[in-house]
Amino acid sequence: MTAAIELRGDIPGTYIFDGALAMKGYALNKMCYSFNDAANRAAFLRDEDAYCAKFGLNAEQRDAIRRRDVLALIEAGGNVYYLAKFAGIFGLNVQDIGAQQTGMSVEAFKAKLKAAGD
Amino acid sequence: MARILGGICTSHIPAIGAAIARGTQEDPYWKPFFEAYPPVREWLRKVEPDIAVVVYNDHGLNFFLDNLPTFAIGAAPEYRNADEGWGLPTLAPYPGDPKFSWHVIESLIADEFDIATCQEMLVDHAFTVPLSLLWPERSKMRIKTLPIAVNTVQHPLPSPTRCYKLGQAVGRAIESYPDDLGVVLIATGGLSHQLDGERAGFINKKFDLMCLDKIVADPLALAKYSIHDLVEHAGTQGVELIMWLVMRGALTGKVAKVHSHYHIPVSNTAAGLVVLENAA
Repeated sequence: MTAAIELRGDIPGTYIFDGALAMKGYALNKMCYSFNDAANRAAFLRDEDAYCAKFGLNAEQRDAIRRRDVLALIEAGGNVYYLAKFAGIFGLNVQDIGAQQTGMSVEAFKAKLKAAGD
Repeated sequence: MARILGGICTSHIPAIGAAIARGTQEDPYWKPFFEAYPPVREWLRKVEPDIAVVVYNDHGLNFFLDNLPTFAIGAAPEYRNADEGWGLPTLAPYPGDPKFSWHVIESLIADEFDIATCQEMLVDHAFTVPLSLLWPERSKMRIKTLPIAVNTVQHPLPSPTRCYKLGQAVGRAIESYPDDLGVVLIATGGLSHQLDGERAGFINKKFDLMCLDKIVADPLALAKYSIHDLVEHAGTQGVELIMWLVMRGALTGKVAKVHSHYHIPVSNTAAGLVVLENAA
């Protein structure tokens, strides 16, 4: 099938957010989507356990949220656009989460981006 | 009849909006990016568009996975942004033109593009940042807007060829509008970047420069790529090139390049800019 070829997950370090991941991560992404609203961000910070329970996160998702571990969140079905709103609660931008995922310091990650222009 | 004046492709990185809000456009990090935009504004002053059709991708502000259209179009009297979870400034609402929207909707669906219609629609940074770059002084922005959103959140995404064909249908819709209006298309996103996974920070200058060249004279060469190819060569978010193909499809065959620019990096992204004038 063409579709299966189209979506093959053979690019190293790259996750294709397809139907399978979208189903797996639905509760997690729904919670992160709620963070568009400042009141929901405050509610999460007030009582993280209760907020995660409200959205029915599974144990893997709850643990990854607790650890603020972006790669683990992606493996648990998180989509980076919704996860960015979770990271935003802690003032983390895409360079901070890029550094975390690649195991680099933020300064080294920024230098790597700059070097791509050379 | 409405006339297509040309098209602009530009990156839409949220950090640009933050830099504008802070007024740091002249800082050494930002200057090489922002200095690309005055010639575009000059061109806009010259061609005087009445409406901007803005082709962009929503990053989880208006749409969630419960109901995620592949293509969606605004049919609202105005469009508002929101803080998106990061505390982005909320801006004055952008005026829409429902009469024009419904003409485009009717034309697209008659043309077999069964697009989702939105009488309420929040627009995110992918819509607002390019408009802030092109019209820095909102009090002087006279145009109305028509947002068209393309799904880049959940795969399968529409193929580059499909997006090019959507653009052709949008072009037919605009040119069949009876009022005498000047229309500019603004495609936002790109160029190469990847936010997620161990390959985060991936940028591909060689591929981007090829895209900047082909979007002008040979867009079909870009439309031939698959989404998988684009992820591989341009990164998971580099697929935003498909918005550029919608814009390019709407222009007639012959275009003239007015201006282009490329700069690495803006945040995690290779920033690209192209201005094309409809020559035919």
